[in-house]
Amino acid sequence: MESYGDLVAADDVLLFVNAAITATGQREFHADAGAQRLSLDFLHAYMLGNYRDLYAGVLALDINDHNAALIVRRLLETSAEASVEQRRSEGRLIAGRLALLPPQRVYGLFRALRRAGVNNRRTRALLRDWLAARPDLAFDAVKYRSGLKQALRHAHLAPDDGELGTFLFAPLSRAHYDTPILETWRRAHYEQAAVYELPYTVAEGFAAKHGIPRAVFLERIAPRMTRLEALRLQETAQRRGVAEAVAVDLARMPLTRLAGYVLSLPAAERVERRDELTGALRAAAARVAGVHRGTWGRVTAVLDDSFSSYGSGVKRRRPLAVALACHYLLEALADRYAGLWTSGRREALLAHPVGPTPLGERILDALETAPDRLVIVSDGWDNAPPGLAAEVLRVWRTRLDPERRTSVVHLNPVYDADDFDVRRLAPSVPTAGVRDAEDVPALVEIAQFAEGRTGLAELTAYLDARAERLVAVPERTAAGGAR
Amino acid sequence: MTTYGEAPAPSALFDGLRTQPSQVWGAVRLVPLVRAEPVADLRLHPRIHTGPGVVDLGRKGSYCSYIPHSFVAEWTGDGSPAAAYGTQLAEGPAEQEPVAAVRLHFHRRMARQEGRRRLRFLPLHLALEGYLALHFGGPTIAWEEWSRQALRQGLSPRVEAAYLGLQVPGLADALSVFEIHPGQCGVLVYLADALAAAFVVPHPEDYRTLHPTLVQDLYGDLVHHYATLMPPVADFRARITDPGIRSLSDLRAAAAEQTDRWEEFHDTTMAAGLVEQESSWQQVRRMGRFTLSRFLPEFRPKQDNHIGEAILDEHGRAVYLKTFRLSENQVRRGFLLSRLAAHDWHLADTAAEFGIDGAALAKRVETAGFGCLLRQRG
Repeated sequence: MESYGDLVAADDVLLFVNAAITATGQREFHADAGAQRLSLDFLHAYMLGNYRDLYAGVLALDINDHNAALIVRRLLETSAEASVEQRRSEGRLIAGRLALLPPQRVYGLFRALRRAGVNNRRTRALLRDWLAARPDLAFDAVKYRSGLKQALRHAHLAPDDGELGTFLFAPLSRAHYDTPILETWRRAHYEQAAVYELPYTVAEGFAAKHGIPRAVFLERIAPRMTRLEALRLQETAQRRGVAEAVAVDLARMPLTRLAGYVLSLPAAERVERRDELTGALRAAAARVAGVHRGTWGRVTAVLDDSFSSYGSGVKRRRPLAVALACHYLLEALADRYAGLWTSGRREALLAHPVGPTPLGERILDALETAPDRLVIVSDGWDNAPPGLAAEVLRVWRTRLDPERRTSVVHLNPVYDADDFDVRRLAPSVPTAGVRDAEDVPALVEIAQFAEGRTGLAELTAYLDARAERLVAVPERTAAGGAR
Repeated sequence: MTTYGEAPAPSALFDGLRTQPSQVWGAVRLVPLVRAEPVADLRLHPRIHTGPGVVDLGRKGSYCSYIPHSFVAEWTGDGSPAAAYGTQLAEGPAEQEPVAAVRLHFHRRMARQEGRRRLRFLPLHLALEGYLALHFGGPTIAWEEWSRQALRQGLSPRVEAAYLGLQVPGLADALSVFEIHPGQCGVLVYLADALAAAFVVPHPEDYRTLHPTLVQDLYGDLVHHYATLMPPVADFRARITDPGIRSLSDLRAAAAEQTDRWEEFHDTTMAAGLVEQESSWQQVRRMGRFTLSRFLPEFRPKQDNHIGEAILDEHGRAVYLKTFRLSENQVRRGFLLSRLAAHDWHLADTAAEFGIDGAALAKRVETAGFGCLLRQRG
């Protein structure tokens, strides 16, 4: 039998998971950065104070990197409050998550720990293990030089080979390095050709130093760029006439990133490259859908392209990008699919944030297609008229579809700082936060918990299962060798 | 002294505009007005904005443009900045039409420079000027109570204070999170559910350009107090009653009814203060089928009183409208002046109308800020 306290705990955890997926402490359409950060800080403090185990367990879910780093930091800061048992399980979770985080995030986290004066034995051990697992520390020394330097200093570690230490702390004191990448870095100070053998971000600084023309630089550095760097620089490359050199294989991009890229293009270009872009989006979506492809039955989506889906200057068009990515993903998951945009636009590829949010009307249109699943992707603001979507969904559930032939899920890409959660459309409809459309299959799992039909026991079991999977990751990468 | 003519039927003012569901942010409620067919033959002066071409001539026909005085750009021949004298109507391709403008000197602080080549004058100049000029001349008959200054100079100089939209708390945020409707040609601004201003333009593209400028408009101190002190207002949320809904089409009908109910409620209740206000209108300029006018209310104390300027078409429909809600003090002053004028500035007669004696009325005139008009008695 579940106690009332258990239900509250389950509720709190779900609320926190939604926040940890969507909130990044940046400005949103309806709230500024300060409010976002304050609200998120409170949630973290509340979770840590009341449910330490569950708080750590959330690390295993698909939360965003910003919140993962925050959780790790808070757990390490309060090491003294944890029991031996807790420390052991937390340690495994943290190590598992650190292995998944991009290195720049981890170095940023170490820097924050250093600034906060957190230097317990546990922190040092985690740092040491993470650094030991890095595939190529010399590469890190070049690309994240100050980050690595500070991490070593903070953990009182000495690099194994003498060369790395010299490189970090007195780089130009040697006439020659034996490690190739360190030697390249040294030569890049004097020799333009060596610049192009360095990682893009490092090379950029040297290019400026040597006064290399941008077009020449972009063309020759192109092979050293990561996928996302190439995607980001495509437009610049096109302007400089070196687009072919910096060309990216769009179909290999992550789905939501790709959707964001498509939305950044002017409408005329989207029309011109329609086949290429649609093909890339479909391919990315098919990759994400994987084995689930075509298994979701008849799906109808209501997608929000109102003006508020613009997001903000720092998260430009993020909600719309998520909606567009969901459109293609759901198309891949369903047998029969219909996507309805709130603006009434027919062609998804030309989506553009404009106009009010007549969600209620669009949900009616969607219900008319008699779907098995109705998925609503929206920031939860419904204003034409306000509250109509909630009323339509309520009446639909109570009067017209009490046997639940149609399952309804609301996915919300925006954290609402005032409510400490993502904004809900209706109490009868489960709402889950979404950051990347890639997580949608997993999120629909979580949304079931949110409907209140499962309790703390199931939720804890679910978190444990996810933790097992997470902890298995570093062992896999260790076995697999370099990245 | 200015003379005011008879009003067009005020209910015709909003003909052709449909009320859409409001959007609420804190104490601010914005009610969009949508035009089914945009007015294409009256458009914003193209020289006002150096941005994308606002005016496109769909058909080669007659073409007018209006120039809201708040929008100022380089339109003197030599490219130096200038401010227009109030709202104007211009005919034909705007490049040839001379605009009555005053050259601006930057060292004066009366205009705000917004960008390298954009300057702004405070808006609602025309209507406010009308309000300020009300009985500007002072007493018409030299009753002995009036001071020598009052007889010689009238109410000069008469000054009214107002708040800039940016100083009204929450208004700027509300405008930036507002989602503009397709075809939207106007907006009604409510603060704490009191109508603060109405703004209507002929074409959706004009609206899109001018939407952010609402924070540069003037608002009375009443509006400012409401915005500062009032808690957030509630949304009028849709509510569908379950019984009787058996199919999806029933549900759709019920949803449509919600929209209609709001429109009716808004037009008959919320906007009543402006729509039903008796006002006196003054024609400023007539061109083709359009008339530029300004209007003054009847000055009813303790009620909404809006002054404004409007461009009406031949049917009396507003194609351009901008109003300003007077604060309680301004209404009281206007009321006092209009009553005094109605009695030819005779103090005792006016006092009799109010049911008080001359001394009490003199006190009232003094508290209204017109003390210098009265002769000081020893």
